[in-house]
Amino acid sequence: MSEQTSANDLFEPGEYKYGFVTDIESDVAPPGLNEGIIRFISAKKEEPEFMLEWRLKAFRAWEKMVKDEGSPAWAHVKFPPIDYQAISYYAAPGKKKQLNSLDEVDPELLATFEKLGIPLEEQKMLTGVAVDAVFDSVSVATTFKEKLYEAGVIFCSFSEAVKTHPELIKKYLGTVVPVTDNYFAALNSAVFTDGSFCYVPKGVRCPMELSTYFRINTANTGQFERTLIVAEEGAHVSYLEGCTAPMRDENQLHAAVVELIAADDAGIKYSTVQNWYPGDKEGKGGIYNFVTKRGKCADRAKISWTQVETGSAITWKYPSVILQGEDSVGEFYSVAVTNNYQQADTGTKMVHLGKNSKSTIISKGISAGHGQNSYRGLVQMNPKAAGARNYSQCDSLLIGDKCGAHTFPYIDVRNDSGQVEHEASTSKIGEDQIFYCKQRGLSEEDAVSMIVNGFCKAVFKELPMEFAVEAQKLLNVTLEGAIG
Amino acid sequence: MLVIKDLHAEVEGKKILNGIDLELAVGQVHAVMGPNGSGKSTLASVLVGRELFKVTKGSVTYDGHNLLAMEPEVRAREGVFLSFQYPVEIPGVSTSYFLRSALNAVRKQRGESELDAMDFIQMSKEKAKLVELPAALLSRSINEGFSGGEKKRNEIFQMAMLEPRLAILDETDSGLDVDALRVVANGVNALRSPDRAMLIITHYQRLLDYIVPDKTHVLVGGRIVKSGGADLAREVEERGYRWIEEEVGAASV
Repeated sequence: MSEQTSANDLFEPGEYKYGFVTDIESDVAPPGLNEGIIRFISAKKEEPEFMLEWRLKAFRAWEKMVKDEGSPAWAHVKFPPIDYQAISYYAAPGKKKQLNSLDEVDPELLATFEKLGIPLEEQKMLTGVAVDAVFDSVSVATTFKEKLYEAGVIFCSFSEAVKTHPELIKKYLGTVVPVTDNYFAALNSAVFTDGSFCYVPKGVRCPMELSTYFRINTANTGQFERTLIVAEEGAHVSYLEGCTAPMRDENQLHAAVVELIAADDAGIKYSTVQNWYPGDKEGKGGIYNFVTKRGKCADRAKISWTQVETGSAITWKYPSVILQGEDSVGEFYSVAVTNNYQQADTGTKMVHLGKNSKSTIISKGISAGHGQNSYRGLVQMNPKAAGARNYSQCDSLLIGDKCGAHTFPYIDVRNDSGQVEHEASTSKIGEDQIFYCKQRGLSEEDAVSMIVNGFCKAVFKELPMEFAVEAQKLLNVTLEGAIG
Repeated sequence: MLVIKDLHAEVEGKKILNGIDLELAVGQVHAVMGPNGSGKSTLASVLVGRELFKVTKGSVTYDGHNLLAMEPEVRAREGVFLSFQYPVEIPGVSTSYFLRSALNAVRKQRGESELDAMDFIQMSKEKAKLVELPAALLSRSINEGFSGGEKKRNEIFQMAMLEPRLAILDETDSGLDVDALRVVANGVNALRSPDRAMLIITHYQRLLDYIVPDKTHVLVGGRIVKSGGADLAREVEERGYRWIEEEVGAASV
């Protein structure tokens, strides 16, 4: 029963309450970005020297990009320039305002939770209400932790990993997304404060979906999140980030980086449900979600990205796979929804380097209201990637007549034996389809939800079971009022 | 059961129906025939409440209620069923999932409990036999990749499942070969019942060889210009529509 005691200790209400009151002021960095701030962040986090150097290198790369070309402008999205000097780049964890009960939470948000069927305790966690000591999930989380430990899986916060496993961080960090990769990746590398680290040793199949664990332990990881997942030879892991519950955050800019490394015969499945605050109906506010996600596959390894993107004012992300190994496999399954004034420019890059490497891309874009939805994808087959194959399918669904769907597929084949198949379609949600449903007794709302979910089916079936159901509900909530 | 009085309707400002009067009693099957553009499909669309069609005059009562005041989905739940001339495809939504949702919406209106999955499967297996619809089709997306015949059989199958009080069949025979026509007609005949009325809309008489109506109406220029028994359909088949048009023309001069 020792874990029980420690869990109770951790969440002892009095201690928790007082714990966050102390020293808030000194735990926040002043707004602005310069070398001093980077040093401050690294020092605050008590990082080893190599991390500081790495951050500084990233910062200099970013500074150079700012000078040379500024923020990249190629994506099909519009937003006012971001003042990077106005952002505070460090706040100690747990700083988020604590509420005493759900009564203090925006009723509209609670209504949404209700529709999504989020359990009460989880609602409290998500809105920052102090959680009771009896919260079941704490002991559940402890059990999970033990199970993972027994299997030899390392799963912890990025900060913790820097301290406990510096050799692994040093070996893998930045090996898939180098600090110079792009504007936002460079920024993230310089200032990221936390994220997740997962290491699955050779031959180990992670004993559980890391989804459940992650959801219960959703911490306020801040706006620059860093995730690194390493699956050694023959190892397998399935990871789910995010949450169907609407996440509000004070920070408008989110620039995360995720790196996946799959060694020979390894498999990584990475699923995302993204539902950051999208802004109001007039397009005011909302999160800018600029993410760099990439994985590297060795021989016979497989990386599969599945994403359901319903939130954020702007979504800008291209989960990609570098198919280095022979017979390696990359997959990308995506549903991106834009309603009201949301904008999404998302897709993938499949870079085939290894012989007989294979990739599959299934993208479903849904636009409603004034939403703008773009698929942007690259399939590249290099000279050595003999026998490589790709299948891409990009479908767009339009709801209403003020939204837009765009497709930017780039295909670059540099050998004779590569095979690329690309299918694309754009359809308007049909009056005919809706009427057909109504004529059979279904309400308009049910009809739309059924048609849209049918449209996304090929992607939803790739999600872990419990999230597939939630994703459907989420889609319905996101598109509420989009018709009529 | 269904009383249509002096019904006028237009589509995008164009007058299509110009005063239709028709009474359909429960247990009866009426056929509405007419040349292209006479307003047959418009009549069906108005009865099920398609937004595109505007009623400018007249009334329709269904079981004593004002049908035109009801939302399309309410009409459906109250037992009005349309077998579509062109059934739509809905990718990713299986026929059985769709139909179970529909059936439960209808059952709810009737004050019946929801049908659970097992009972639903049992029921759909039985009803699918009626129109020789392979059970495998039920797990496929609605009408996606279905042949013309399969689509029409699927419509009649849905009708069998939903057990409407008023069934409207809009050109159910179009695009069917003789064998498929027979299968569909057998299905429809099996669904004839003293509790149900049917309105069969068709251009050709051949469907009426299999489904013999109690009454036949001929629609020309948005009005019913001639009504008769089953033999009127045969007369139309032999002589075409021209003679009726001429007869009407002569009368109205």
